[in-house]
Order: sequence, then structure tokens, then C-alpha cells
Amino acid sequence: MSTDTDAVGQLEHALDELEVSLERVSAAEASDRLAALLTEPAIGVELPFEGVSLPAPVTTEPTAATLADAQIGITPATFAIAEYGTVAIESRAAGDEPISVYPEHHIAIVAASDVVPDLAGGFGRLADRFAAGGDSIVFATGRSATADMGDLVHGVHGPGEVTVIVLEDR
Amino acid sequence: MAERSHGPGQSEGRGSTAGHTTSYPRAETAAHLRQLLETEGDAIHAHTSVSNRRRHEVFDETDDLDALRSEARAIKEDAIDRLPDLIETVRKAVEANGGTVYVAADAADANAYVADVVNNRAATSTAAESASGRPSVVKSKSMTTEELDLNDALESEGIEVTETDLGEWVLQVADDTPSHIVGPAMHLTREEIAELFTEQFDPDEEFETAEELTRFARDHLGERIREADVGITGANFVVAESGTITLVTNEGNARKCAVTPDTHVAIAGVEKLIPSIRDLEPFVDLIAKSATGQEISQYVTMLSPPTESPTLTFDEPDEPIGANTDAETNGSTDREFHLVLLDNGRTEMRADDQLRETLYCIRCGACSNSCANFQAVGGHGFGGETYSGGIATGWEAGVHGQDSAAEFNDLCTGCTRCVDACPVKIDIPWINTVVRDRVNRDAEPEAYDFLVDGLTPDEESGGLDLGKRFFGNIDTVAKLGSATAPVSNWLGETAPVRSLLERTLGIDQRRALPSFERQSLVDWFDARGGEQESKRRAAAGRRAAHDESTDALDREVVLYPDVYTNYVDTDRGKAAVRTLEALGVPVSVPNLPESGRAPLSQGMVATADTQASTVYAALAEDLDAGRDVVVIEPSDLAAFQREYERFLPERSFERLRDNSYEICEFIFGLLENGADPAVLSTAGGGGERIGNGDSGQPIAYHSHCQQRTLDLEAPTVAVLERCGYAPRTSTVECCGMAGSFGYKREYYEVSMDVGERLASEIEQASTELVVASGTSCGDQLETLLGRTVPHPVEVLAPDRP
Repeated sequence: MSTDTDAVGQLEHALDELEVSLERVSAAEASDRLAALLTEPAIGVELPFEGVSLPAPVTTEPTAATLADAQIGITPATFAIAEYGTVAIESRAAGDEPISVYPEHHIAIVAASDVVPDLAGGFGRLADRFAAGGDSIVFATGRSATADMGDLVHGVHGPGEVTVIVLEDR
Repeated sequence: MAERSHGPGQSEGRGSTAGHTTSYPRAETAAHLRQLLETEGDAIHAHTSVSNRRRHEVFDETDDLDALRSEARAIKEDAIDRLPDLIETVRKAVEANGGTVYVAADAADANAYVADVVNNRAATSTAAESASGRPSVVKSKSMTTEELDLNDALESEGIEVTETDLGEWVLQVADDTPSHIVGPAMHLTREEIAELFTEQFDPDEEFETAEELTRFARDHLGERIREADVGITGANFVVAESGTITLVTNEGNARKCAVTPDTHVAIAGVEKLIPSIRDLEPFVDLIAKSATGQEISQYVTMLSPPTESPTLTFDEPDEPIGANTDAETNGSTDREFHLVLLDNGRTEMRADDQLRETLYCIRCGACSNSCANFQAVGGHGFGGETYSGGIATGWEAGVHGQDSAAEFNDLCTGCTRCVDACPVKIDIPWINTVVRDRVNRDAEPEAYDFLVDGLTPDEESGGLDLGKRFFGNIDTVAKLGSATAPVSNWLGETAPVRSLLERTLGIDQRRALPSFERQSLVDWFDARGGEQESKRRAAAGRRAAHDESTDALDREVVLYPDVYTNYVDTDRGKAAVRTLEALGVPVSVPNLPESGRAPLSQGMVATADTQASTVYAALAEDLDAGRDVVVIEPSDLAAFQREYERFLPERSFERLRDNSYEICEFIFGLLENGADPAVLSTAGGGGERIGNGDSGQPIAYHSHCQQRTLDLEAPTVAVLERCGYAPRTSTVECCGMAGSFGYKREYYEVSMDVGERLASEIEQASTELVVASGTSCGDQLETLLGRTVPHPVEVLAPDRP
């Protein structure tokens, strides 16, 4: 068993505690799997993983109106932190930030090789990205939540549902 | 909903020039706190105690917690040390990114700058018109903007402001103020919020569930965010090197506020600067753990604005997002970013050796959650103009002035439970002590000073509150009380005397006074034959208790006769002497000075400093002779092991710290080194069966707050287990009595409220025996449970004279 697989297992466990589902797929299966998860309207960001593309109904150039109406937002995660169930979403020109935070359901796609075991590993990757100019990143962990209205409620300003898809062969 | 009054001194509105605490009649303070106990106490307790329990759990599960806290502390120390450099570093970084940095001297300066930004932006904005047509701002939660009263300032300029954090929005709708720095609306119940929203927004169906309220808020606030000209956020941390604003949130509103409007203004105190992105790691790891007991918050947003994220223009719904994005630079040409760094007293705090530590605070609220008094009354009682909880004394004294801190500072009893909770290891009780001292010194002399002048050999200048002076010199009081007992006890219980004590010293008539023993512990020990007799008894004990060849057991003890053990509760002192002798250790009980704990608790720092020197001088020869100092009252041991570091030379402090022990800790050491517990009074009698916890005789044990902070609850539990008991320990952080606190007229009811929670926890344990390590804890529990609550050593001591 490789270290990456161990980290994915740990990520799955952490996400399970956060009531976030994790799916393991190969790059070849990813597009079909995404298609099966879709609720329209769906918006997304072009995926940087070789051999993986967004299913046809997903628009990558949303208008303000589609952003406001979208049910699903699909973005890549630059890396994931296994111990806390965290995905790193970049705030960049392609629109990952609004596309991951506005729709009710966020699907984050991460390569298994980008799953680091702990926060220290995450900060190592973060520092690398900062050095390379990618200096706006969000660590997103689980679903948007509040207890301000007297009880715990999910899906406040951010997504009430999150799915993490791990590309096992990337 | 009626506007709530927040503090007896705040009725004239913010920034009032109300004087220090003692200028309020005690009854008025008592009435204010009573009202909070009744209206907000239950909701506050429910939230804070859960967060506190979760923090305990996640701290326990974090292996390298202490190293992490030390690392975070070191980063803050370094950052504050070179703050002026970091301000220049961040200015360059933000400007290189295309943003602007403005260092605001004070609130008026910051507010004027922000209003200008908003007005300029609104004049050229492409954002949708707000319903009112006025310039509009959406905000995420920020205590720093509360400190500025930014909303009022912007609204007076005709700018529409909407809070988007649900808790803050509830307060905005209710025209209320935060009761907690992390959960600002935690004093309101779901039912109260539902009623408020139904009244305010007149929905088709009345609001009922949190789900309905949240859904409504999301839709309502979502619209405000889409229309806004400017998004304002705070910042939990600002990374100087890269100009990165870090926002730690759970709802996602800060993410939306930062990137939806084209213009982002981040407002942060200058103390939020840390050098580099790698320095952020321990804080990201600690802040949610400390605040809510989560491993990490939902969203840790690290933006180095203006960001490349596409602009969102909701009044052109059919244009692709990012239409204003410049393909050449791969970034938005239309984004604007302003970082407002607020001074507002922080430079002076940095120069103040006592208040500087406050600037390390990351505002997680752990000091509030771990505080028994805060859990009872919340931040509307235990708070100043803006900030609340233990650390608020430092913040309020620094940013709003000492008067604001003086309004609530006495609610800190110095129990030290926040010391273990603080992720950056701030000595919060010390800050409270120092500010209390400064408040005392600024006060005017009072009319009844002659009443206490004769009693008090203290080092304080005039003007000190009479009650404080009385309790700060409790050793003199106790000596006199003991010398005149039982007359002093009879007198103390008469109505005219109690009435006089309440009027002049503020001692609540409902609280039973301690009953002085005519023969002090020191006198009893001398009369019994002193050290010679103790050596004889120890030698006999040694033959019974262990093998004489064990060097580790060859100890001699100086038993410290703290004021209460010496004059009031001599039984526990006698029990300690008998126990040590039975285990083969000879004891001396010299007449030693008061530790300084009593004056410290009243903010009488100079007196405590003198006491520390006197105590050390009195013990130096014993320490040099290799004797161990054993202490029964945990608060006195805590003075030796914590506060003396500030009063004594390092070597003296370390010498006393390393050779002083809590009584049960010392007994545990003897048992661990081979002494036989069977010579003690073990459960089941005769010591024939020694249990290991679960199977023993049930006993409820409340450790002492300061003892817990010294990590000394465990040895008592272990000793009880070794002696055949199955201890059930309390989780309530403090008994609420806290030395003098529970005697004071203005705090009696808070004290009882805290004590009742402890008492009900103890009652649930349904054990025949209840023990407590602190005098105050024992007194409080005896009052509330109506039964005897001895010190554990009284249960363990062998039954002989």
C-alpha cells in the first residue's frame, strides 16, 4: 500500500466525520462519474488533470445569473489535507472561488498524489504555491455551517453539500 | 425587542466617562448582574460550556499541543517586537499586489478613511443599485470594526451597512451588542431570534426553526452581498511578506464579502501582522481548536488582494463573470483593495511591559469559555465597551482606557483556568491583576479608610476600595479573629455587625463568615511538642510505613501554614501533619508570612511583592537544608509557583518552585517511592484492600481551579485511588467562591450561580463522601450541599491524635 493510498484513507475518514462523501475514481471514469452526480444548472472550472474533462452540461463561463442559480459547482483542489479533510481551492481568474462557494453543492476534484497527510504537509504545498505566484488560496473543510440561529445548520452562505472526488491514478 | 442595558456605567452610551467600579453602588452592580443571570445566563452557559468541553477534548487529542502553543507565542512575541518593520513590509507587499495600505491612528481616522473609500467607489460602481440607492457595504464579522463603531460612523455618512455573519446580523436587527467575541449573539435563544425576526420581517408564516431562520438569512443577505459596492472584512492574521489577509470562518460569508463586490476593505489591528506564510501554520492549527473545539474551521481564506478572482456584476446577469478581467495580466483590472491597519492605542500597549502581552491575543474566546464567571453572566456583564472575557481587561485598558476595563475587571477572580486555554499562553489573570492595581491607585481615598487603616500593614497608597483592603490583608484580620475567638465569631454573626460589614466593606450578609479557631495550627503544633515530637512520631511511622533503606523517603517537610489552615480550618492542617508522620516524614510548622495571594487577588501588587520576599527569606534556610515545602491551600502554592516568578530573582523563584509541593502531590510521591498506603485511613477501613479506581468506594472530588492549572488534580485522584476510593471529579472550572469574591455584595449572586452548577454536578455523583482541595471550594460546597466537605487529606489521615 502506498503512502498516497494511506493518506486518501485518512482523508476519507476525516470527511466521513464531516458528513462529506469521498469517491475514488480513475481518470478515465471521472467524467462519467461527474455526469452521474450532476443537478443542473451546473458550473465549473476546466480541470487540470490529464484525461479528465467536465461533462457537457457544465458551463465554464457562467454569467452572473447562472452563478446565482447554479446547483452544482465543480472545481479542482490544488491539494488536500488528509488529517482534517481539507481541500485547497485557489482564488484565481478561472473563478474557482465563486464557483466553489455560491452553488449549494460543491464538488472538489483532487489527484491522489496531491493528498498530503497533515497540516504541515499542506503548508509545505501552500508555501510552494505562494512562491510560484498562487497567493490566494482557501482551505475549505466540510460544509458551510452556523449555530448562530440557535441550532447547528449547514449550508449558510456557502455550500450545504460537498463531495470530494479523488483521482486514484493522478 | 427592548434594547438591553449593558453595564451600569454604559447607560449614557458608548465612550461615557463613567468612573471606576467602586464609584457604582455595589447594589447597582449586583442588580445588573442579577438581571443578566436571569435573562442571558442560561443561553451563555449552554454555548460556552459546550465550546469549553470540546476545546478540552481536542486539546487532549492534540499530541504536540504545548509545543504548538509555544511556537505560536514565539511568533507573536517576535512579530510585536518588530512591528514597525512588519508594517513597512506589508505596505510594500500590498502595494506591489496593486492594493493600498492605510495606517489609522484611531477610530475616527479609520472610519473617515473607510467612508471615503465607500463613497468614491459607489460614485463609479458597476454594482447593482441597492434598494435605497445609497452607497452600500456588506461586512463579515470583525471585532475590530466593533471597536471602531464603524457601522454607526458609516451610517451617519449615509452609507447602508449590512452585517452578513448571522450572529452579527441578528444583533444588527435587534440593535444589540456582542456578548462574546466569537459567538456575538449567543445570549439570544432560538425562540427569541424567531420572535424578533417574525416581528421585524413579517413573514407569511412565523419563523420557528433554526433551519428556517438560516434559510431566510441566507436569501436576504445573499441579495445584499450581490448589490453591495464594497465588502468589508476583518482579518484574523495578516501575512506581512505577501500581503495576505487570513479569514477564519464557518459560514462562508467572509469569502463572499471579500470577492463579490469589486472593492474589498480589510480592517485589522496592527497586532495581526505575522512575518511569513509559514508562520501562519500554528495559528491555523490552533485557532479553531481554542475557539470552538473544531480541529480546523470550515474556511481558512488566505487572500493576497486584489485577487485575480473574476469580478461579479449581478446587475448585468447575462454577461459572463469576469467580463472586466484583463486577459493580458490574467487578473481583474477592476478590483480595488484597501488594508486599514488600526493603531488606536496599540503602539502604547506595545510599549507597556504589562499590557504588551495582550497584543499576542488571537481573539479565539477560549478565555471566556473557560471562565466560570463568564459562563454565568456573559460578555454584557464580563466585558467593556467592545471586548469581553478575561483578556478584555487588557484590550479595553489599551484601546478604550482604564475606566472601561474597571467596569468588569473584578469579575476575574484569578482562578487561572484561562491560562491553560489560551493558545498563545497569555497570563490573562496577571493582566487583570495589574489593571486592578492601576485602577486601585487611581481611585480617590474613601470616607471609611480609618476602619481598615489600623489593620493593614500593606504597601498600598490611599484610595483603595475598603473591601479590597480588608481582603488583601486577611492575614491580619484572621490573626485578630483567632486571638479574640470565640467572641469574634459570635460578634461576626450578629445582625448589626453584618449590616456594618456590608455597608462599609461590601461583605454580603447572606454569606456565612469563617469561624476562627482560638488555637492556631502553629500553636497546636508547638503545644504538641514541636519538631522533636514530630521526629519521634515520624520515626515510628517510618518503621511501619516503609523499608528504612529507601533514600527517596528520607525527607523533612516544612508545612506552610496558610491563613485559612492556620486560623480557620486547622483540622486539615492537623490531618496533613498526622499523615506525613504516619508515612515516616517529620514535619515543622513555623509561623510563616502570608503568601501574597490575598493582596494579589485584590490587585495589591506592591504588597504581594513584599510578601513574596518575606516568605522567601523565611524559608531560605529550610530550602538550603534540603527540606521540602508542602502546601495545603492550592492558591498559596500557585503564588509560589506562578506569580513569584515576577517578584523574586530567578534563582530564588526556581528554588522555591522546585521544592514546593501540594500536600497530596507530596503524598503521591511518597507512595510512588515505596511508602505503604495501608498506614493511612483507606476505604473500607484498616487498609486491607487497596483499590485501583473503578472498584473502590465512590467519592466526589472537586479539585481547585489553580491546582488544575498547575496540573495537580491528577496526584490527588491517584492517591485516593491508591487508598481504595473511586474518585469522580468535577468538570466545572471553578467553585465561584474564589477567596473573597463570593463574600462581596456585588458578586454574591454570581458566585452562588456558579457554585450551584458545581453543587448539582456533585449531587449527580451521588456519593457519600465529597472532598475539595481549596478552602473556598469547601466552604461553597458546604453551604450549597448542607454537608461537611473536608480536604482529601482529612479523609486519608490516620485516626490518631
